[in-house]
Amino acid sequence: MRWGVLQFPGSCDERDALMACERTGAEARLLWHEERDLDGIDAVVVPGGFSYGDYLRAGAIARFSPAMEAVSEFAGRGGPVLGICNGFQVLCEAGLLPGALLLNEDLRFHCRQVELIAGNERLSIPAKHGEGRYYAPEGVLDELEAKGQVVYRYAPRQNPNGSARDIAGVRNETGNVVGLMPHPEHAVDPLTGSTDGLRVFEAVAAAGAGA
Amino acid sequence: MPKARILIRPKEGILDPQGKAVERALPALGFEGIEHVRVGRMVELEAEDPERLGELCEKLLANPLIEDYEIEQLDGAA
Repeated sequence: MRWGVLQFPGSCDERDALMACERTGAEARLLWHEERDLDGIDAVVVPGGFSYGDYLRAGAIARFSPAMEAVSEFAGRGGPVLGICNGFQVLCEAGLLPGALLLNEDLRFHCRQVELIAGNERLSIPAKHGEGRYYAPEGVLDELEAKGQVVYRYAPRQNPNGSARDIAGVRNETGNVVGLMPHPEHAVDPLTGSTDGLRVFEAVAAAGAGA
Repeated sequence: MPKARILIRPKEGILDPQGKAVERALPALGFEGIEHVRVGRMVELEAEDPERLGELCEKLLANPLIEDYEIEQLDGAA
């Protein structure tokens, strides 16, 4: 299995994402934002950072990059895609995931370890962002919940940004595209306190294997 | 080329913490009786074909899920 990790001007978490992919026992390589060729890539990470300076809106410009056009096609064919933080914002802007990420309710940039609920699991993963307040219209939220598309939720009293219904991460209807604000790639080594992030990468890889 | 100004603001009903922060600062400065402050942004541009500005707003300048936009044609365009 080989992961491709996108790199935009302004990305900053792509190296950790590469390492996280490798820690799951897979291979991984960087994909520069001008690349369109995803041959030999089995799964894609759209990493965190501030792509293209996050001008206009976070993720708004990155979605038009050649690499993202290729990723949209890849996702359309059922290829697994994981968007982290800025990558989640990019996937929402690209229409690959429902909803949008708004400025944190308290206007502060938060950087801290949060507890996430993923089905029956609890994961301890760092979150660091200023624009992570998940928003979708009420009807869309109801539909997401009904279809099991809310895959990561902040544990009670852990919501750092005012996200609707404590939503930290969602997936698309077919399950091959997943996005979340917290950073699983920073939780893959006991040295930093948690290796729970690996489970996020493994879940996305498994979704691809089942597609 | 014809000039246009595009105003983009958070949709009605979406919490706008920037607007709230500005609103809360006002009484301390002696500005009473101001409410419903919303902070958006403005884009000025010159467009060969102003007919396409709506599409431009939908695709890039605004995110229609969370923002409303208004296009003002400047320098005398109808």
